[in-house]
Amino acid sequence: MEPHSHDFKKNAAQAAGDEQLRLALAKAQDGFVGKRAEVVGLLPEFEPLREQGKTIRNHVLANLDYYLERYEAAVQKQGGQVHWAETPEDAQNIVRDICKRVDAKLVIKGKSMISEEVALNEALEGDGLDVVESDLGEYILQLAKEPPSHIIAPAIHKTKAQISELFYNAHKKLGFNKKLDTVPDLVNEARQVLRSRYLEADVGITGANFLIAETGSNIIVTNEGNGDLSCTLPRVHIVTASIEKVVPTLDDASALLRLLARSATGQEITSYTTFSTGPRRAGDSDGPEEYHVVLVDNGRTEMLAGTFREMLRCIRCGACMNHCPVYGAIGGHSYGWVYPGPMGSVLTPSFLGLKEAGDLAHACTLNGRCSSVCPMKIPLPDLLREHRRRQFEAKLTPKVANYALAGWGFLAKHPRLYQPLMALGMKMMGLVGRRKGRFRSMPLASGWTNTRDLPAPQGETFHHAWRKRRGEK
Amino acid sequence: MGATRERILGRIRDAVADGRESDWRAELDQRVEQAPQLIRPKLPDDLFACFSEKLVLGGGTCERLDAVSQVPEAIARFLKTNELAPKLRAAPALQGVVWGDVLHVNFGNTRGDDLVSVTPAFCAVAETGSVVLLSSEESPTSLNFLPDVHIVIVDMKQLVPHYEDVWEKLRVFGEVPRAINFITGPSKTADVEQTLQIGAHGPRNLHVLLVSDLGIDGPCADSA
Repeated sequence: MEPHSHDFKKNAAQAAGDEQLRLALAKAQDGFVGKRAEVVGLLPEFEPLREQGKTIRNHVLANLDYYLERYEAAVQKQGGQVHWAETPEDAQNIVRDICKRVDAKLVIKGKSMISEEVALNEALEGDGLDVVESDLGEYILQLAKEPPSHIIAPAIHKTKAQISELFYNAHKKLGFNKKLDTVPDLVNEARQVLRSRYLEADVGITGANFLIAETGSNIIVTNEGNGDLSCTLPRVHIVTASIEKVVPTLDDASALLRLLARSATGQEITSYTTFSTGPRRAGDSDGPEEYHVVLVDNGRTEMLAGTFREMLRCIRCGACMNHCPVYGAIGGHSYGWVYPGPMGSVLTPSFLGLKEAGDLAHACTLNGRCSSVCPMKIPLPDLLREHRRRQFEAKLTPKVANYALAGWGFLAKHPRLYQPLMALGMKMMGLVGRRKGRFRSMPLASGWTNTRDLPAPQGETFHHAWRKRRGEK
Repeated sequence: MGATRERILGRIRDAVADGRESDWRAELDQRVEQAPQLIRPKLPDDLFACFSEKLVLGGGTCERLDAVSQVPEAIARFLKTNELAPKLRAAPALQGVVWGDVLHVNFGNTRGDDLVSVTPAFCAVAETGSVVLLSSEESPTSLNFLPDVHIVIVDMKQLVPHYEDVWEKLRVFGEVPRAINFITGPSKTADVEQTLQIGAHGPRNLHVLLVSDLGIDGPCADSA
């Protein structure tokens, strides 16, 4: 999709004023946070598992060349094919070529964030292919022509009434003439509509939660079973995965799976965890005749070489956004691209550049909740700060902010100047604001005062109060 | 294509090459071939109770049977309770079971027109209440996902504590099948307003029968 991260400030302001969105996000965040806390509490080994998970992923990243080659050999041994893509265009072309060669008309898709990243649907639709998303959330968004707003609950921002309207308009022509108003009815109608699509599809495309070097398998984790139908019934299965998804063995994958569902949905395990390995075997009556894996780099090798390597440990659980107050206030679409929340604010500037997405790094209060729940212990606030530092260095921050910071920096380094100036300022503000105790508006601070009052200082600086206190003791 | 692969791998090598010991490749070979000893969560002693509790948490149900001869009756009972006709599609692997005449059983794969399927499982995992199914000619994967009701039969001997125990058994078995399905409860979704709804695209019901002495051939019976 076309990035809109450069419009972040405008989009975030708009989203923050959307009452319906606020309610949807509050409900979702409460649910995710509570459920996660509950299952984590049931597992005394959770903290050691996090540390172990971090170690496994660091080990993979430090030996990524070895594990990718080993994985590739294992896939080939099982009769599958591995394709390498440097750019989104590479990935699109590989999938387009396969679809063309097998004369595909209908493609059914399981949920895959990397396919969003490389804008796969648009490319395939451009070739005249019929592409159907099968994850219910993704299906809703495909009808709404919107990108996901959360990496594991893509339609988190949509209300039942909006979904009912979308289904009514899309399913009328298929003979479903009733506007539905209950969740069971909506889910059931989608089930009926999509069932025939699985059976008709020529190609199934899924993502991969992990790739296993030992066996050449890809893992998908779902609750709906849509990914399984997508990779069992069509005659071709294409897996789209980014290069850092590989893990050494089935045991390593198990260790990470113990963290994934708990961190993501607050489940101990999802309904379906599936390991797919190569095409159908001799005698099999189902499974794809061809099995392809598209390994996508798209900037990850550069991250591997630099400060942002730690971000490649991410297993895409979404816990960081579920616990982020900024995400909770503005939702996923404000971030303007594929990945929202704290992980998105680190990834997006890395992939699209600071010029396009530098503002995302400021969408953070540095409260640290994201890193404290991250199952891979990624220091997200530190990485966000690193983006800020680079943005400042590259002179991409607004001039006013630069001058203000430079001025404050100068004063802070000269306490003999800083202290009397602050004392004077506070005294003045204290006098002016004494009557009401707060300011409705303030020159140069409209960003604050437009949405809330600024409490008036008491007329004394901290330094002064501190000295007085120590003097008293 | 080959050039792209080389460029990607080359950049990775440049990024990670520093600090590798001379025998790094042998060490990594060993890391893969002798799966590492990792943390396994402590479980209660009663594996069946644990399995059952976790499966119910995921929305499934289970019962324990003393002999394979009780399987047809148990299935007939389950179908009756759920107001379903005593008709099912069973995996060819279950042809050895004496089905009797309480059920109408067809063997083979499905294309979505069967309401009830019965399949064997390779293992049951107490840790999460999951059953583990391996795809084969004798146990096609479509049976696990297309019918409305999925009934799974597992030998009690195959109830193991952790995921890793499944991998140990699988390594003894030798082959990695095309599909390994860990199934924990029915298909579900919370994509509409975070409201949990059972029966998204796959089965609306998952019922597991743990049978002492199942006595059927194939990977489900295991060599152990």
